Amino acid sequence: MRWMWIDRVTELLPGQRLVAIKNVSLAEEHLHDHFPADAAAGLPASPIMPASLIVEGCAQTGGILVGHAEAFKHKVILAKVNKFHIDRDATPGCTLRYSAEIERTDPMGASVNVQIALFDFAKPDSNFTTIGSISLMFSHLDHNMGAAGQAGEDFPAHNFVFGETFKTLLRSSGYEVE
Amino acid sequence: MTRDDIFAKVRDVLVDALAVDEEDVTAKAALVKDLRAESIDFLDIVFKLEQAFGFKISQGELFPENVATDPAYVKDGKITPDGLVALKSRLPHVDFSSFEKDPVISKVADLFTVDTLVNFVQTKLNK
Repeated sequence: MRWMWIDRVTELLPGQRLVAIKNVSLAEEHLHDHFPADAAAGLPASPIMPASLIVEGCAQTGGILVGHAEAFKHKVILAKVNKFHIDRDATPGCTLRYSAEIERTDPMGASVNVQIALFDFAKPDSNFTTIGSISLMFSHLDHNMGAAGQAGEDFPAHNFVFGETFKTLLRSSGYEVE
Repeated sequence: MTRDDIFAKVRDVLVDALAVDEEDVTAKAALVKDLRAESIDFLDIVFKLEQAFGFKISQGELFPENVATDPAYVKDGKITPDGLVALKSRLPHVDFSSFEKDPVISKVADLFTVDTLVNFVQTKLNK
């Protein structure tokens, strides 16, 4: 099964916007290593969702949005992270929300902006609070170009990017997928 | 908009897209060789130029596509004379003067400098 970093799609406006959530859980083993207690420094364990996995969750959210816009005919891959900032830690028991919007798309790829928000169940009145954003570039692999005038690479015909896991995620979120 | 104004906006686009320092973006700097642009950066630059100047750039209008694999344009690793004529007409913003002396495919990327982008924007704005 593909390593999924979103749990559910909560909103889909085809070709425009897709919102997904990620529940951060202490059952995720990596949280025990990020960060473990440091006895020498006298620091207790501090489980925090790694920012790199937040980036991956945003990329999966944006990638599904871009792929869905063309009925998953293209192989859509993350090609570039333009800007990323986050100013709060996501700890176990919180829910992250990734709201992706397509800024521009053409046959070769797409640019997508994602707002990152956090819901802290200990502070339900504050609802989802924006904690960061990311700007991503996706490439349509079969239409990729090499550097200025060079041919791009060839890739297998079958769509290895959007497998059953992504489709299962959409179906379990209540969206029909062919 | 003056050429200097266009240059300043193009420079901002490149600083943003390629994470380079402002002083590295000189008129003669080549996008790949000097500013280390990679393939996806070309699409990013196209999108950002559209946003900065408020026009649409169609596929292949600024950067040529798949020149290296078009048998009508390429023979023995070089652009053919017919290919050069076609490229010049498709890409009027590109300065081919030194390239055409030895039109090897591997040097196509060197044709695209900061000046090339400024020429392209200037032509497009004047249309």
